[in-house]
Amino acid sequence: MAIEGADLIKAAAFLGAGISMGLGAIGPGVGEGMVAAKACEAIGKNPKEAGLLTRTMLVGQAVSESTGIYSLVIALLLLFVV
Amino acid sequence: MMEWEPQIWVRAAAFFGGGLCIGLGAIGAAIGEGYTASVANESMARNPSQSNVVLKDMLVGQAVAESAAIFALVVAMILLFSSFSNPSWLTAAAIIGAALSMGFGAIGAGIGSGFPAGEACRGTVRQPAVANKLMTNMLIGAAVCQTPSIFALVVSFILLYTDFSAMPVWPAWAALVGAGLATGLAAIGSGLGGGTTAQASVEGIARRPESASSVTVVMLLGQAVVQSPAIFGLLISFILLFGTYEANSSLAPAMALLSAGLCVGFGAIGPAIGGGEVGRNGVRWVARNPGAGQVITRIMLVGMAVSQSTVIYAMVISLVLIYVV
Repeated sequence: MAIEGADLIKAAAFLGAGISMGLGAIGPGVGEGMVAAKACEAIGKNPKEAGLLTRTMLVGQAVSESTGIYSLVIALLLLFVV
Repeated sequence: MMEWEPQIWVRAAAFFGGGLCIGLGAIGAAIGEGYTASVANESMARNPSQSNVVLKDMLVGQAVAESAAIFALVVAMILLFSSFSNPSWLTAAAIIGAALSMGFGAIGAGIGSGFPAGEACRGTVRQPAVANKLMTNMLIGAAVCQTPSIFALVVSFILLYTDFSAMPVWPAWAALVGAGLATGLAAIGSGLGGGTTAQASVEGIARRPESASSVTVVMLLGQAVVQSPAIFGLLISFILLFGTYEANSSLAPAMALLSAGLCVGFGAIGPAIGGGEVGRNGVRWVARNPGAGQVITRIMLVGMAVSQSTVIYAMVISLVLIYVV
């Protein structure tokens, strides 16, 4: 089969998008899990501070989510823009 | 090369796939069983009088962990010895997909099942009186860990025993390989995460046997959420397996389907491992501080839900790759 240049570029963009989002999702998932794991432990030790700990957990998770969102943005750019 | 008969390609793919399947599939169970045995030794050294019970826990736990590798062995044997009737180009792709699915799919479940088994050995030495409770909890936890590998086995069998000959070779071959990758890779994290959650449950019961029922419930809740990335992988696999494809000999549509499988497969690994960490600490602290059980369970579920977000992004990108572009 003959592969044209434009076809190859599109194929690479599709593969790149999947790999970008797929690999990019690993880190935030593990990192946010560690945040929540420690939050569970901290609430177990000091249940009175549950509200403060929950808030801190969510803020921390939101920050570590950012790299996942970068991956998502790059994947969408690869799919629809470039 | 393309002028070779499909039969040749199918046989080559079956031999290559058989090796790949058991090669990858043997990784997890060996690590998990090694961990179990190491903890069993440590526990026996601490209290040799319990060595018989510890040995029993170790062997039962290892047998459960072994099952993932046995699934991979079964698929490898099928690949080596079946004569694929009516082979087409797609049969070769389906074989590679089946091998990847079961090979990768056995890794997480094998490692994960080793954790509760090891903890059961440790707990038996700490609290010989509740050895039976620990064994039961270990078996429940380890059985749930195996579910991702069972998903992988199901996808393998669907790939091996469905007649795909009506589909156009391009781009359907990529959908079949992608379907294998999606479930196989997605199973890694869920197997591991389910294991860490179960480990904490066994540990908690050994520390406070009276908390057994509440700890088991929280464990199952946590494990259920940890399984969701594997279920997303399975979902994308089913969509890829049972889709209808228009014949299209260009490269891009095929790569989009392959990429969809890779995307959700890789994307599921991290959130499931992270969810497993949350489950571990959530279950552990429900056992240690039962008074705060409700608050801890709630925060565990919220934390897990947030850490699942990236696998949902990955699933969305996979669906876009399948349906939109």
